Amino acid sequence: MFDFNIVTTWIDMFLRQTLGLGDFLSILIECILVGVGILVGYAMLAIVLIFMERKVCAYFQCRLGPMRVGPWGVFQVFADVLKMLIKEIFFVDKADKLLYLVAPFLVIVASVGTFSFLPWNNGAVVLDFNVGIFLLTAVSSIGVVGIFMAGWGSNNKYGVVSAMRGAVQLISYEMSLGLCLITAVILTGTMQVSGIVEAQTGPWNWLIFRGHIPAVIAFVVFLVAGNAEANRGPFDLAEAESELTAGYHTEYSGMGFGFYYLAEYLNLFVISGIATTVFLGGWAPVNIGIDAFDSVMNYIPGIVWFLGKAFAVVWLLMWVRWTFPRLRIDQILTLEWKYLMPLCLLNLVLMTIIVAFGWHF
Amino acid sequence: MFCILAFIILGSAVMCVTTKKIMRAATFLLFVLFGVAGLYFLLDYTYLAAAQISIYAGGITMMYIFAIQLVGKRTLQGMVERLRGCRIIGGMIVSVIGLATVVLVFLKNSFITSSALTDGEEVPMDVIGNALLGSDKYQYVLPFEFISVFLLACIIGGIIVARKEKETK
Repeated sequence: MFDFNIVTTWIDMFLRQTLGLGDFLSILIECILVGVGILVGYAMLAIVLIFMERKVCAYFQCRLGPMRVGPWGVFQVFADVLKMLIKEIFFVDKADKLLYLVAPFLVIVASVGTFSFLPWNNGAVVLDFNVGIFLLTAVSSIGVVGIFMAGWGSNNKYGVVSAMRGAVQLISYEMSLGLCLITAVILTGTMQVSGIVEAQTGPWNWLIFRGHIPAVIAFVVFLVAGNAEANRGPFDLAEAESELTAGYHTEYSGMGFGFYYLAEYLNLFVISGIATTVFLGGWAPVNIGIDAFDSVMNYIPGIVWFLGKAFAVVWLLMWVRWTFPRLRIDQILTLEWKYLMPLCLLNLVLMTIIVAFGWHF
Repeated sequence: MFCILAFIILGSAVMCVTTKKIMRAATFLLFVLFGVAGLYFLLDYTYLAAAQISIYAGGITMMYIFAIQLVGKRTLQGMVERLRGCRIIGGMIVSVIGLATVVLVFLKNSFITSSALTDGEEVPMDVIGNALLGSDKYQYVLPFEFISVFLLACIIGGIIVARKEKETK
């Protein structure tokens, strides 16, 4: 497989030796490059995802979706972004302006933070701590505070009710998410994101095959909980437009709303990305143990594999979203606390037994 | 880097105690906790930093916010703390005592010299896990289990307080 480390070391060498910059300057330039790269990737993916959601939704409802702007409506999202950028941001009377302004940033920070943990290619992992998975769940929990502040800060009854619902739902489902990830960590024996992917390269080495029954259960529970965590699908109670206008971001306009919109779609991608990384082998190509087939597959770059798998999961989640009716808030909480979490705990024990006796592949 | 973090921590801490709106105080508390997590990152204690973010910033702050919500909006809006002279003096005395304690401990234990001896490396995860759940000397399974039993007792207590008995006919 192509190792992206070659590129990063080349840039590092170029800055240090060819240009003769010091430690501080070269690290600064590299940080800026990586930051810009992440943000550009974030924005591009958001545009692709929003367009995909509209088209998928339209086809599930036997419509055509956006068709007017550009061929097959491809420029619709760009037009929307332009509209959002030039809109005025105004404040609600008696709203807490500070919280109102800070809230979208917290949500977007949590989203970009988790986004930068994803492994794109062999050697192309931006944040690669040895506590990777744990830190990832920690960073994602910041978003809850942002959602709650938005509802509270905008001085709107619907906003507060929706923020309450959102916070309760997110806190509950974080539990299952964390437990599913721990189940995977037991099998790989490392929390480092690159280490987890590394353990899954090779024929039939994806965690979902290696850990058979508990891994499949963990994967399914992860997708359900992830869907709830991204505030989507049958779990989008926080923005049930029939009862709460638009939810906690009712009073936001312009880019304030834009940030929530971006974060929602990117959280969807991040959830699929984590599911891909942990259970479906990240950038690891499909290997079946026949040399000729494997070597052909290895020629396809890792980022293509990663994006392909992640978008397959995204499509699955969209399918779920536009097929199932919305749940009530008490049903959502019952599902989590009475079914998913006990299932996760049992699954954790099952996985520990399997790993302890070496019954995995 | 340390100076930036210290500035953020101190500034948010001062804002946290002087602001009049309680939700804002909770927000500034969140920033203080982020700053402390940043300090842990600076020291290469990534595990501790992750725990700080997930437990304090994600968990405890949310719990404070829910507690504030339970108080009710009417009482919150009327609640304005005034800075009074005797309180300021009391606060000063407490902070001076705190400072004295920290300085004393700092001078008594030679933290700086002992930490200078160990090179600043990231501690691997399995070392932390073994230390937390091992039963040998300098390992902490007993406090760990004690805390979990304690938390279980807290949860049961919370359920008993919150639960409404169905009225028996």
